[in-house]
Amino acid sequence: MIKQIIFGLTLLLTLGVFAYTIWRLGKFFRFTKPYPVGDWGKRIAVFAGVGLAQTKILRRPVVGLMHALVFWGFLVITLGSVEMVIDGLTGSHRFLEVLSPVYTVIVFSGDIFAGIILVLISAFIARRLFMKIKRFYGDEMKPISKIDAYAALSIILLLMVSLLGLNMSWNQLNDQQFSNRLPVSSFLTSLFSSLPDDTVFSLHEVFWWMHILLIFIFANLLPYSKHFHVFTSLPNVLLSRLTPLGKLDHMPAMEKEVRMMMNPDQAFAATTNDAPPERFGVKDVNDVTWKNYLDALACTECGRCTSVCPANITGKKLSPRKIVMDVRARMKEKGPNLVKFGKDFEDGRSLVGDYITAEELWACTTCNACAQECPVNINQPSMIVDMRRYLVLEEAAVPSSLASMLSNIENNGAPWQYPAEEREKWMKELTR
Amino acid sequence: METKEYKVTLMRDAAAAGHQPGYLLWIGCAGAFDRRYQKVAQAFAKTLIHCGIDFACLGSEETCTGDPARRAGNEMLFQMQALQVIETFKRYNISRIITICPHCFNTFKNEYPDLGGHYEVIHHSQFLQKLVDEGKLNIDKSIFSGQQITFHDPCYLGRANKEYDAPRKVLEAAGIDVMEMPRNKSFALCCGAGGAQMFKEAEPGTKEVYAERTEEALATGAGIVATACPFCMTMITDGLKKASKEESVQNLDIAEIIAQALGI
Repeated sequence: MIKQIIFGLTLLLTLGVFAYTIWRLGKFFRFTKPYPVGDWGKRIAVFAGVGLAQTKILRRPVVGLMHALVFWGFLVITLGSVEMVIDGLTGSHRFLEVLSPVYTVIVFSGDIFAGIILVLISAFIARRLFMKIKRFYGDEMKPISKIDAYAALSIILLLMVSLLGLNMSWNQLNDQQFSNRLPVSSFLTSLFSSLPDDTVFSLHEVFWWMHILLIFIFANLLPYSKHFHVFTSLPNVLLSRLTPLGKLDHMPAMEKEVRMMMNPDQAFAATTNDAPPERFGVKDVNDVTWKNYLDALACTECGRCTSVCPANITGKKLSPRKIVMDVRARMKEKGPNLVKFGKDFEDGRSLVGDYITAEELWACTTCNACAQECPVNINQPSMIVDMRRYLVLEEAAVPSSLASMLSNIENNGAPWQYPAEEREKWMKELTR
Repeated sequence: METKEYKVTLMRDAAAAGHQPGYLLWIGCAGAFDRRYQKVAQAFAKTLIHCGIDFACLGSEETCTGDPARRAGNEMLFQMQALQVIETFKRYNISRIITICPHCFNTFKNEYPDLGGHYEVIHHSQFLQKLVDEGKLNIDKSIFSGQQITFHDPCYLGRANKEYDAPRKVLEAAGIDVMEMPRNKSFALCCGAGGAQMFKEAEPGTKEVYAERTEEALATGAGIVATACPFCMTMITDGLKKASKEESVQNLDIAEIIAQALGI
């Protein structure tokens, strides 16, 4: 009984802290712009493919498969964690055994996955320690990102050690009769076979508590680290932008203005009472959509985007990963003050300018290589163009060569300075 | 051989004659003004005429789709251009558009619907594939067979609109076995011109994007780099010059390859 009470209080504390964190982050979403969500059939298909089947992670087959196995293992092992919570609260032992044949499958695959994850996470740690993976470096990669990575990997490693230990001691306590459903642990159970029963029993308790407490700690560390993607990536994929990569978002507010300008009478009649937008494009973090902010929370800083960015590859300052990380960092800075002082709060700083420079924004070729690679379907080019929209429409801050291209389009309907009549020139030479 | 005149019909002449052409062939600013890409416009128009396709061009009634303005952040100018183009299309009752530029293609296909312009939009690689599939192209495969040719995927045809197969099938129909670059199809590296980069100097860096891509193309050992986009063509041509390969390696649009293979 006392164990149940202690467990209940620990669980309450865990959920409380977690709820507080989510509530705190959730409030920031109130200061973001709308993002329409529809077409659930297509969404679920994307979720199944990019999310569950890990299709984009697998674009890099070796390390992709490693990640996918860890992910699929997590899905199975999470069922075991749910069981531990039930056991902890009710004092039951392996409660889900009521699901008998299904349960055997869960335990069997969970045990295999624990072994696989243990090996893979060790490999990931070794990879970070001994292989210089280029995309793990870059101007935006501060020491904290490294610490985040090692902390998360270490905790997962310990989670798997405790899980296997738990299975081993459980098997030993039951005279190894579960060996056939514990393919990995049974192999190691002999380590415990020489120990007295009460020692094994204590070990079982230690592993049980170690595992569940690590889960509780991990869950509450995640929202403060780049590994928050454990929670946010699947929703982010479900809420993906579904339009072709080449399509930029429409600006209805601008359409109203343009139609009014081109045809004042007609457009005036169609005008509704919508308030004019406060701003065209994105200047600061409260100009982004809530999906852009979710993107930033789902970003694992894996750097696949930056590693394929033509601008970044050729030494330009632009790094698509930095754009996404800056959104998160700026919200971390401004969000609490927006909550405290309201939506009009200004601190004299902004996302564009203080975090992201015009030089970065103008280096983008909108080739969409970054968006194509992003395993959680972030669309960096649309964020970049939204920021360019701010620079151009609000600040009239255009690089001079682009300014002449734009004025050519305005004056003679082509990015170059040629009159429209010359558009028929090529036809006149059409003889062989 | 006889000299044949290839006459391109203009929409305004067709309308005056009471004829509604089956397709609008949208030439785009590069096809109209860029001396190199004019050749591509000519090659493709000749192919269409050769195959007896009922099409017409807008000629001087064309104007920029607004794509570079939009990607440069000038949404106002983009919408003004787009609404103007949509008006022109409405005037000529245009519903099917073939473009020889993936940027125009993407803008018509994906972005004009937001402003009320709904069309069937076909990139020239797709139309050429259709002609191949319908057996309308009587290609002399011997002209290109055995030649070393690589294909550079334009971002706005490939990743942006997931069209990777059409240009390859067209090249295949000309007897070409494409030598792929390491980064191809959805993994392809941009030529460096998209997103209005075409019209500005690159930001400071260690290398030009077009040089990086051209080196990759050259590393395949190809004697011809095939493209299907006017901006890619400018960039790869610059890359070949920079690598002093403009004499030994050709940069051809798939439309030119087909026209040559047709002997027109």
